[in-house]
Amino acid sequence: MMKNKEKIDQVINKFIGKKGSLIPLLQEVQAIDKYLSKDAMRYVSEKAGFNLAQIYGVATFYTMFRLKPQGKHVIRVCKGTACHVSDANSILKAVRSDLHLADGEDTTKDKLFTVVEVACLGCCSLSPVIMIDDNTFGKLTPELIAGILKKYD
Amino acid sequence: MNVLIRVGLASCGLAAGAGEVQSAINAYLTRKKLKVPVRKTACIGMCFAEPLVEFVNDKNESITYGYVKPEKVGTIIDAYLAGKPLTENVVISNILEGAQNENYLSQERIVLRNCGKIDPEKIEDYLANKGYKALEKAITQMSPEEIIEEMKKSGLRGRGGAGFPTGLKWQFAHGAKSSKKYIICNADEGDPGAFMDRSVLEGDPHSIIEGMAICAYAIGSDEGYIYCRAEYPLAIKHLQIAIAEAKVKGYLGRKILGTDFNFTLHIKEGAGAFVCGEETALMASIEGQRGMPRIRPPFPAQSGLWEKPTNINNVETFANVAWIILNGADKYAKFGTEKSRGTKVFALAGKIKNSGLIEVPMGMPLRDVIYKVGGGMKTEKPFKAVQLGGPSGGCVPAELLDTIVDYDSITSTGAIMGSGGMVVMDTGTCMVDVAKFFLNFTQRESCGKCTFCRIGTKRMLEILDRISKGKGKLEDLDTLKDLAENIIKGSLCGLGQTAPNPVLTTLRYFKDEYKAHIVDKKCPAGVCEALLTYEVITDKCIGCTACARKCPVKAISGEVKKPHLINPEKCIKCGVCYDVCKFSAIKKS
Repeated sequence: MMKNKEKIDQVINKFIGKKGSLIPLLQEVQAIDKYLSKDAMRYVSEKAGFNLAQIYGVATFYTMFRLKPQGKHVIRVCKGTACHVSDANSILKAVRSDLHLADGEDTTKDKLFTVVEVACLGCCSLSPVIMIDDNTFGKLTPELIAGILKKYD
Repeated sequence: MNVLIRVGLASCGLAAGAGEVQSAINAYLTRKKLKVPVRKTACIGMCFAEPLVEFVNDKNESITYGYVKPEKVGTIIDAYLAGKPLTENVVISNILEGAQNENYLSQERIVLRNCGKIDPEKIEDYLANKGYKALEKAITQMSPEEIIEEMKKSGLRGRGGAGFPTGLKWQFAHGAKSSKKYIICNADEGDPGAFMDRSVLEGDPHSIIEGMAICAYAIGSDEGYIYCRAEYPLAIKHLQIAIAEAKVKGYLGRKILGTDFNFTLHIKEGAGAFVCGEETALMASIEGQRGMPRIRPPFPAQSGLWEKPTNINNVETFANVAWIILNGADKYAKFGTEKSRGTKVFALAGKIKNSGLIEVPMGMPLRDVIYKVGGGMKTEKPFKAVQLGGPSGGCVPAELLDTIVDYDSITSTGAIMGSGGMVVMDTGTCMVDVAKFFLNFTQRESCGKCTFCRIGTKRMLEILDRISKGKGKLEDLDTLKDLAENIIKGSLCGLGQTAPNPVLTTLRYFKDEYKAHIVDKKCPAGVCEALLTYEVITDKCIGCTACARKCPVKAISGEVKKPHLINPEKCIKCGVCYDVCKFSAIKKS
């Protein structure tokens, strides 16, 4: 049984017939569950009249689309140039080790956090920077990470 | 005396705690029953000193404090209202000695004219600063041809990086015959290390709308898109508010200012793909497809969005337009050099003291940008290189610091002007690592359409990775060059054509550093992990056993309270011992 059918229907109705609407449509569908499930993509394909290959093509092209469930909070670790020269790697290491993530994992077992690396958050003057949901934390050192993550539950 | 308090609430201000400072100010004023208006503004450019709070009176005497902490606001407000303003942490002021006064005055602010001064969420603030006067002049007193002529005369070149003359671009779109034309503002600022467009969008969104409306009138378009990356939520919010307000006031919509000119504007959020900064890929993305570039010709001016003639400019380019129309092309062309007129906004970041946003006249030497405006190096380590133009650009070394800022001079160094990201690096930065960093980025962001870009960047990255691990060969340097040349020739769009630049410039100016990695198996900057060695400094080690307990491969041995020893055969160079040692007793070299 497809989850959130009604909510997805609302999104489809909002965009149907409008040109160039596939990306914003998928963005809003993703906002419901925080990821695009196979079922959701199939459903959008049937209801909104997009070819499934086209939907999958768009969903895998843009980094904002996620095909796997994600944690309650998303931690974006900036790997931009300014952060890179300010040792963003040590920040990433600290985040991952504090959350006990094994190699290849990006979401904690309790589904509280998902860690992603991003190209640049545009807060270069405060490098190195991470963003948790919509909040940005700058001028970080590895020692500060545990204290920041502790505040989230 | 009427006093106003302004708090800088752009993304970097918020990240530095400006939200808490604003709440503290409001709470303090309420508690003390003081009637001082508190306004928000966006980025004034002194990001390094955030949070920033400005006090300004009706005589326009202003004092801006930096590094403001919530617990300090009471003291600052009391002293100011008592007529004895604190002199500590004054960043800019026109009545007091401010640490950045000289820096601020050496700038020429056209694009950033309103940033950090007005409340970007209030159209009244923009209108009070000659806002929409240029649009009024353009559509009621000028013909489209006159506007295009004025733009050509100003010498403005596209600020997105390529530097194509803006007036000429408009002329092509104007000349295209079609009942429907589009204009697009490229706000997909994807270069890592660049935040010029974000600051303008957050700080002065109406200047973009006004510039676009003038352009639409000039080329004969009635519909436009702003394509903004989704990583900039505050910029999108400010744009949405600005568009809604401009509609209410009649600067957007039907019959603008009583004329026959109609113009609607939409915002399109990007979904995370660097290649969408390329104009044809961007248009594919607006159309709802994968953002892959198309072959040119036809150029967008003939066949662009939905195959209609389309004019596409970058945020900074549009932000210049209203100023040029209002003040005249001649006044604009007085700034800059013969082939690069006007000013340029740069985002200073990296190992520089005054990181932030600046706007300087074209023609200023890089040395002045970095040492005068930027305040010089942040650390004690000396300057090594400045990276211009992001992943498409290159690293300019110390001996070329007298290069002036204009399109052609910077291109001659092998770097590019780009959109304006300037990341300063000191001797603690490894150039092989920097080249690897950018290649890793472009390789991941390549859309995959052109074989050379898709596979060539991958092969280059593999070679750089080998070199950084001490497994490179001298022949690799020739292979890198060869691949680079072929990728440039074999790629359809700017991403592939410029992707090898970071490698080519570092090879050109820092070849010895590559050789040190290959021949001596050493990373002179001490960055490439695989080439480092870790040793215990026996005088400093107190035998706390912390390193031995944390070492993942049990390479450290020793008795409690006696100096420890690292076995180089077993060591995997992970750096954990260095990180956990509280006595600085581990030497990394």
